[in-house]
Order: sequence, then C-alpha cells, then structure tokens
Amino acid sequence: MGVEGIGASVVRKEDRRFITGRGRYVDDIKLQGMTYAQFVRSPHAHAKVKSIDSSEAMKMPGVVGVLTGQQIVDDKVGNLICGWAITSKDGTPMKMGAWPAMAPETVRFAGQAVAVVIAETKNQAKDAAEAVVVEYEELPAAADISAAIKPGAPQLHPEAPGNVIYDWAIGDEAAVKDAFSKAANVVSLDLTNNRLVPNAMEPRAAIAEYNEAEEHFTLYTTSQNPHVARLVLSAFYNIAPEHKLRVVAPDVGGGFGSKIYIYPEEMVALWASKKVRRPVKWTGDRSEAFLTDAHGRDHITKAEMAFDKDNRIIGLRVKTHANLGAYMSLFSSAVPTYLYATLLSGQYNIPAIYAEVVTVYTNTAPVDAYRGAGRPEASFLLERLMETAARQLKVDPAELRRKNFITTFPHQTPVIMAYDVGDFGGSLDAAMKAIDYAGFAARKAKAKSEGKLRGIGFSCYIEACGIAPSKAVGSLGAGVGLWESAEVRVNPVGTIEVLTGSHSHGQGHETTFAQLISERLGVPISQVQIVHGDTDKVQFGMGTYGSRSIAVGGTAIVKAMEKVEAKGKKIAAHLLEASEGDIVIENGEFKVTGTDKSIALPMVALAAYTAHNLPDGMEPGLKETAFYDPTNFTFPAGAYICELEVDSGTGKTSFVNFVAADDFGRLINPMIVEGQVHGGLAQGIGQALLEGAVYDSSGQLVTASFMDYTMPRADDLPSFKLNHTPTLCPGNPLGVKGCGEAGAIGASAAVINAITDAIGNNRLEMPATPDRVWHAIHG
Amino acid sequence: MYETTYHRPSSVDEAAALFAKGAEAKYLAGGHTLIPVMKQRLASPSDVIDLGRIKELVGIELSADALTIKAATTYFDILQSADAGKAIPAIVHLTSVLGDPQVRHRGTIGGSIANNDPAADYPAAVLALGATVKTNKRSIAADDFFQGLFTTALEDGEIITQVAFPIPAKAAYSKMRHPASRFALTGVFVVKTKSGDVRVAATGASQNGVMRVPAIEAALKANWSAAALDGVKISEDGLLTDIHGSSAYRANLIKVMAQRAVTEAG
Amino acid sequence: MSTIKLTVNGKAVAAEVEDRTLLVQLLRETLNLTGTHVGCDTSQCGACVVHIDGRAVKSCTVLVGQANGANVTTIEGISRGDELHPMQAAFRDNHGLQCGYCTPGMIMSAIDIVNRHSGGLDEDTVRHELEGNICRCTGYHNIVKSVLDAAGRMKVLQAAE
Repeated sequence: MGVEGIGASVVRKEDRRFITGRGRYVDDIKLQGMTYAQFVRSPHAHAKVKSIDSSEAMKMPGVVGVLTGQQIVDDKVGNLICGWAITSKDGTPMKMGAWPAMAPETVRFAGQAVAVVIAETKNQAKDAAEAVVVEYEELPAAADISAAIKPGAPQLHPEAPGNVIYDWAIGDEAAVKDAFSKAANVVSLDLTNNRLVPNAMEPRAAIAEYNEAEEHFTLYTTSQNPHVARLVLSAFYNIAPEHKLRVVAPDVGGGFGSKIYIYPEEMVALWASKKVRRPVKWTGDRSEAFLTDAHGRDHITKAEMAFDKDNRIIGLRVKTHANLGAYMSLFSSAVPTYLYATLLSGQYNIPAIYAEVVTVYTNTAPVDAYRGAGRPEASFLLERLMETAARQLKVDPAELRRKNFITTFPHQTPVIMAYDVGDFGGSLDAAMKAIDYAGFAARKAKAKSEGKLRGIGFSCYIEACGIAPSKAVGSLGAGVGLWESAEVRVNPVGTIEVLTGSHSHGQGHETTFAQLISERLGVPISQVQIVHGDTDKVQFGMGTYGSRSIAVGGTAIVKAMEKVEAKGKKIAAHLLEASEGDIVIENGEFKVTGTDKSIALPMVALAAYTAHNLPDGMEPGLKETAFYDPTNFTFPAGAYICELEVDSGTGKTSFVNFVAADDFGRLINPMIVEGQVHGGLAQGIGQALLEGAVYDSSGQLVTASFMDYTMPRADDLPSFKLNHTPTLCPGNPLGVKGCGEAGAIGASAAVINAITDAIGNNRLEMPATPDRVWHAIHG
Repeated sequence: MYETTYHRPSSVDEAAALFAKGAEAKYLAGGHTLIPVMKQRLASPSDVIDLGRIKELVGIELSADALTIKAATTYFDILQSADAGKAIPAIVHLTSVLGDPQVRHRGTIGGSIANNDPAADYPAAVLALGATVKTNKRSIAADDFFQGLFTTALEDGEIITQVAFPIPAKAAYSKMRHPASRFALTGVFVVKTKSGDVRVAATGASQNGVMRVPAIEAALKANWSAAALDGVKISEDGLLTDIHGSSAYRANLIKVMAQRAVTEAG
Repeated sequence: MSTIKLTVNGKAVAAEVEDRTLLVQLLRETLNLTGTHVGCDTSQCGACVVHIDGRAVKSCTVLVGQANGANVTTIEGISRGDELHPMQAAFRDNHGLQCGYCTPGMIMSAIDIVNRHSGGLDEDTVRHELEGNICRCTGYHNIVKSVLDAAGRMKVLQAAE
C-alpha cells in the first residue's frame, strides 16, 4: 500500500469544489436563451382527462408554449418501459400497462403530469401553469395493496386484470411443504416493509437543448447512469438516435437509486426543446420529488420458518405482496423478485425455500429500487424471524444464528445465489465483542432498576451486489447486461485519465479509482483524472447502483490498466534493450529487475506518442479499454448490533450503542467505505424509526413534505462503531465486494429487534414511531 | 410565489397605515410562517409589510412583576437575554427547543402568537403564564386571545406590540417533538403563580390549538408534584389523531409532559 | 420591482428584482453564486443557509427586501483566496461530505454553531445544533467530527489573532 494506494484513507479530490460552493449541479447550469418548464399535475389519484384548455395560459406574460400529453403521443414519443421481463408461475409474461410521459387520457397517481408550460422565467411558468384548465372525471382509486386486489377494485390497466402484474415464485414448493410437515417448531411472522421516499437532497432536474443545424440533442440530467439514459431515450422513447443525443450527468446531489430511471420530466424537456426551439430547463421542487420520484420498498409479507428439534432451520416459506405503484418503473419488476427472493437464505444453511411474490398496481407513485433494493426487505424478514424464533424457542439470539450459519464455501443456496466466501461467525464475534454483549444482561437490569426499558437487537445480513453477471441476469429476464467499462488513457507526457462508465454522486470515485492507478503505476493521484458522466467523453457504461462500482467498475479499470502495463512493458523493454519478462513497474518507473536500468512512465508515454522508436508492428499511443463482465455477484455480509432504551412514558427510543462488523473484502479507501456505511445505517435506522410514505384511501400522499415525512436529523442518530472483518472476494482481482448499501440493508432489523426486546412485545411495525411504541407497551 | 409589493415601515403607525391602504396586506416579522405559505401559493398578499426593523417593536424589559418581550424580538435575542433567563427561565428553555438555530435567528414571538399554529410552542407559554398581549389598539388577556385553529382575537390590521408575562413562582415547559416538523406533538407549560394559582396549557394536542387543562390544574393545585398526576386521566375527546400520534397517545403525552414539567419546575 | 442594495461576500451589490424574489434566488440567479442550494420547500433542510449580518439564516425564507442593506456571506465568501476556512478544511479532512449538495449550508451552519459556543462543544450539542440541516448521504457521523475538529482549529486561530 502506497501513501495514496489501496487501503489508504486519502482525503477526497472532489471535495475542493464542493466545500467552496463550486460544484456544478444541473440547476447551476445556465444556457443562452433558456426557458423554464413547469408541469401541470393531476391532483387526483385516478381520473380521466376530459379536456385541457391552455388558452388563458398562452396569453400570460413570458409563455412560450403549453404542451400536452396527447401531443407527445402524436409525436410518437414512446411510453416508459420496464426493462426486466418477469414471468408468472403460469408462464405468462408480466402485465405491463402503458405509461405515457404525460397522461393523454388517464392519470393514475396524484402528481402525474398532464401538460407542461414553457416560459421565459420560472415564476412566469408557475403563474401560467395555474391558468391551464384541466377537466378531470374522477375515478375511484385503489391506494394500497389490499384495496387493489379485493374483488370489485378499480382497475388501473386493461392489461392487468385484478391489478396483478405478475404472480411469481422461486424455490421448491414440495420440499418446503415436506419440511414443514416434519418440523419440530414453526415460527411465523406477518410483516410490513414500509414504503419510503428516497429524498436525495438535490431534487431531480433536467436541461434539454436541441441543435437544429445538427439535429442533435444535449441533455443535462440528474442521472446515476447517463449512458443507460441515452440508450433508453433513444431505443425506447424515440427521442433521437443515440449518436444524436448527448447525455451529461454533472455533479449529482445523491441518488440512492431514485436517479437511475429515465423519468417523464427528462423526456418531456427533450421533446419540448425541439418543439419550442429553445433550451428547456426543469428543476423539481421537493413536493414534486415526493410525488413523482420512484418510491422504495412497500411489501406485505407472511413468512414462516420450520425448525427441527435441534433448532436448525429446515425450511422457509414466504408469501409477499409488493406494491409497484401506478406504472412499472425501469427496474421495478426485478426488485421484489431477483433482488429479494434470491437473498432469502441469508447467512443460514436452509435446505428448502419457497417464496411467492405477487406484485400489484395501485394509484400511487411508481416504486422501484431504493438503496438496497430488495435486499433490505429480505434481510429484515429473515432477521426478524430469527429473533422471533429465538424468543419462541427460548434460545439466545446469537447462538441460534450461529448454529445455523453457513460455514463452508462456496455455498449454493436453494434460491440461485451461490455465496463465494464469508466468515459470518467472525463478524458476529467482532460485533458481540464491540458491544460487550456479555455485559448486556447486567446493563438491562440496571436500567430496569432505574425505571428504563433497555433492549438489544441483532441483524446478521448478507446481500448480493456488484451487480451483475450479464448472462445470469439475462437468463432471468434482464433487458441489459450489467458489465462495466473503463478506458485508461496515458497522456503523452505521462498524466493519466480514466474514463469510467461508473458515475459518482457522492461515492468518491474520483479519489478511489485514482487510488487504483496509484497503487499499480505508482503515480500520485494528483496526476490522475477520473472522467465520468458524459456520453460524449466516456464509452458506454452501465452506471452506478447496486454497490457495483468498485467490484465491477474498479475491475474494469484494473483490466484496462493491465493492458496499458503490458504495452508499456513492451515499449520499456524495447527502449532498455531488455526482455519483456524482466520488466517490473515500481513507483512510476519501468525497471529491469536486478539492475538500475529504468525508464519513467512519462518517458514511456512520450515514446508511445512520438513513435520514433517503437517495436516493429506496434501501434503508437498508450490507451486501453476494457469491458468487464463479473462472473458472480459479490456477497458483502456482516453483523449489526443495536442497544437502545425506550422511554415508556413517551415511547421514544434513544440509542445507547450501535456497532457494525462488516465484511466488504478489501477496502480501497477505508474512510470512504466507512462514510458509505454511516449513510446506509442512517437510512436503515430511518426506515425503522422515522420514515414512512403514507397515502390516504383516495390516493392522496399525506406525507408530501419534510413536515410530515420524517427525515433523520443528526440528533436522531448515534455515532457508529464500525469494525471490519474482511474475507477477500475471489471473484475479482481486487478482492473487493462493495459497501454502498449494506447499512440500509442490515440496520432496520437490529433496531426493531432491540425495541421489541426492550418492551417485551414482538408485534411492532416500522416506522416504530414513539406513538406506535407507546401503544405496543400500553395497548 | 405570486408577485407582491414589499414595504419596510419604520414605525407601528406607518405599518398600520400601509396595511389599511393595501388591497390584501399581510404583516411580515421573522417570515418563517408567512414566506413558506406564500411559497406554496396558499397566500397571495398584495402587500407584505415588514415589521422586523421597527425599533419600537424590539426589546426585552424586566420589572418586579413582569417580563415584557416586544413583539418583533427574535427568539435568538430572547435566548441571549440575561433578564429573561433570570426572570422566567422556562421561557428561555421553550425558545431553545422551538424551530432550529436558523429559524431562531429570525422568528419572533409576535409572529408565533399572531399565527396561532395549533402546534406552536409560544402560545402555551402565553396562555399558561396568563400573559397580556398588547397591540397598537388595546390589551388582550391570554385567556381571550387564542380562539381556535389559526384564529386569534386580533382584528384585521391590528399589530401586536408586546407580550407581558407575569413572573411566576414556578414554571416549566416540557415538549414532545413532532418527529418531522419539530413543532410540538404535545407540549405542556405548567405555572404556579405568585398568588398560588395553577395554570397549565397544552399545545399540539388539539385541533383547536393551545388549551388549558383543568383536570391537571386542579390536581396540581391540591398537590404540586408529578405524582399528583398519576391518577389523572386526560380525555381523548377533541384531541388530534394523525400518523404521528393517536388521540389516546396525545392524551397520554399531556399527562406525561405535565409531570415532567412539574418535576423540572421544582 | 425594487432596487436592492446589499453587501455580498464583501462586495457591494445592487439589483433590480421583483419583490417576491427570495434571497436564495438573488444569490443563485442574479449574482451567479450557485454554491447556495435549494433542497426543500418547507424551510427545513438547510441547504440554503448563508450568514446575514453574521448569523446563520435560511436564504430560501428571506425576501430580498428584508436583506436590503444587509451584509451577506455565502459559501463562496469564507475562504481567503486559496486558503480554506478551517471549517472547510475540517469537512474535507474528516470526510464530512459525500454528494456535496447539503455541504455549503452545512458548513455555514457549522461556522455559526462554533461562533455561538465559545465555551466549547460536545457531540450532543453539535447534533442538537444541526437540527436545521438535513443530510441524506453521511449519516452525520463525520459531519459531527468535522464540526468538533473545526471548533478546535478555530479556537487556535482566534488565540493566535
């Protein structure tokens, strides 16, 4: 490890612009002649659009145009799609209803756009939007899963009778039935995984510009994956062919999954920029974010675990209903299936698993991947079940888990995933030591004597990330491959640019990726520039989500570097008149082993680009590309333990301690990794204690601002004690697993397990607000 | 927000005159109630009259019997005031748990009570201490001032100039914060006056806003202690139920917050 | 429309804008100081915090008329040339930011916190004082560390001055 290489907690290069207010987020960008868009949105959750009268709006000052959903259909802009084909148990394909960018006929969630006003200033656009008169015919709404599937429910899409999108299953039903018939004990649990709003601090925004002479569009957008945006806009939404569309995702203020998708607003901005022949800027406000950003989670599950007489798990049966909202968002179908049910083995050796998932349309905002995407739902279910089992079977919760841990690797689970490596016991040991589990009983008793309720809760999580092997996901219905690309460009005088298909919106890639180069080539990170986020500059890449950037994006960089090194060694050998096999790279120099003959990287680069003296037949230049397709998922895992106290007068929870022991494989920049864990834990704790998106029965979003949707603040959270218990990933040359989502995946169960321990009542739904906890104590 | 015309008068009389002239004017003090409402386009005043710089509306005065806070004094200035801290520390504590540091640099007591948000903190102090609200036209007793959801005794255009708080023998405020808005999910201000009377005001619990709690006042008058409230049952009737708290929970909080306030008051 | 005159980051500024213009809009759109950000519409998130006459204020909840004649400092105004303010340096050194969007407001709030606590700060106080600033990325752990670190640095600087 060099001072700036792998394992170094280097301060981030990108910070300079952020701490001085010089970040360049989409709303910061101004183009000449720019106009502003304000969407006209349906106040109703379900309604027919009878008429749109924009005559008054058109007369208002500064108005350039008012465009409607019918016009976008007439111009043959495609409908939004879901890119992952899921098949029901009976072999039929998922029932995908049409999702036009602005509703021409039927709105299906409150906040869905029906028209857009383009004006010279934002205020003028807002003023005119209010003057657009839309006549709606209200329809009855189905605002949650049970309302949507009951007989006689309002039908959202003609393609989906009964509002069921698919009824899918995984695992072995017969084996599970058999296991339950033989079980010594059965533990069952009904749980809700509460609906969340991602709420990245930067609201979504888009600026579209059409160059008439070139017939070329430029889109600045808050995206986690600009190339995917370009592909989808081109191939499915018919905005323009790919080579006539540039997508730029500049500085983006957080994503957490919500900025993966290509939303109506971006599509409309692009289409509108051509129609009005002016650049069009749309900046969402926070209430639009609440109404229209893809929400997360929203599962209702019945889960049962069968144990033999030695308290070993012999079977797991799960039935989940998942709410996908009014329309199927881009990855929505995969989240409650292949990102969820394939993790239902958890850290445990479970011989038989059967899971059924029914997804449902409701008159609410579309639901898609949000930090963890399916894995928090699986982990929460399993870890609540295990804790419940421990209480029911009267066994220590750590011992029950330990007894069931998988201890030999690789391990093939009954739900597709094959875990490569891990040490679950090691993580659990570290966490138990960190929190002084042995001393807990005494601490609980002391608290009780002081009139306080103290509890402790475990969560042993595992996830599949580093998504994903393309062949595997393709066979499961994915419309895309999930490889990643990198080009390593050594410039003529020796500085390096790395063009990565990954995107950084907080993850620190500009530093971490530079550390990879520094480690191998010995150049200081100040000499390395990471380039991302612009389809004009960077070759096609799949973007950042699913904790994939280091495992997949990083490995692509390594592969490209290997090619650069190989060519560099050939040049060095040629110039030093040595044998290629004797060349090593040390501290930025190509050396002949065992001698003091060396040539610095910049000189090798110069030689490559002047081409005065290259080996016969060698092309000039020193730049290589790699597309890396992972061979497996990676499997970060760990143990979280939470100790807290509940105030029985108010139901309020206060943290005493929160410890984590995570296995992320190799850590490239430990400081950045820990930051990712902190952020994930905050979101997992937020889900457990504070957050919850609530619709009323008519489909109105009750929690439509920070006044009602509780965002975690600094005084809601503890400081965290993190530990690292790595087992190197054998699947990639770096040995890395990824870390971005772990906290959000594992934290919730630890919190709920601890509160239910404190209050002595196992029935408690998330968010465990003081009101809910108080009622759980007092009735 | 909609377009408006901004005015910065330098006296209360000038402000009142501007209000009378405007088609549909509104007063602005700290702005942290009016401006958010204007941004949401739920209010569209033709004129915004900024009271924030009127010198006669800023300041804190202490006499033997009363702490008088002028209406446009910011919360921050109240927190910094040695007089306030000495005379009625419960008011300083209440101020420290409302809003957030940036809000406290701008928000004012006049703005809070004129608005009478059902979950605001200051109305509980004003009502429990039996304060007198002085306007540019008259004096209004606290018991007559608060008249329901966002409603007060103020007439159109009337300007609060100061609030005079009688100095109590004992007082404290205990608040359970609404987890999202950080207003009061339920907050209770308890007072034992110098003459031995007991006044208790709860905010955040009722749709109608701040309210006296006779059951608790009677119990504390008989026995000023947290234990005296153990047997008191607060009725759920008329209390709010929402996703953050059932009416039963709020009823419980009225009692628990009162108990904690009494313990704090000493 | 009114003419607004104020000082921003030490420079006198005059602008003719609609009366409904918020201070954050004046900063971002008229003065091109885009470091101050908008993150919500309920005056809660703190991404827009600047200093007005030395005090931390949410610029999204101030009409430009209220700032007439005032002294405003934004994130762009706290470093001295290339020399970072100790709070900026502390955020960088302690990894107190990830996506950077809440960071300008967070730093301006944090400076105000330290200014108001000359007697010293502890973790609980910092967490309580940060209730007007929402971050979605960091979980606040490193933000708290940054503020405590900066408090120490600022005290040293004050002593030196």
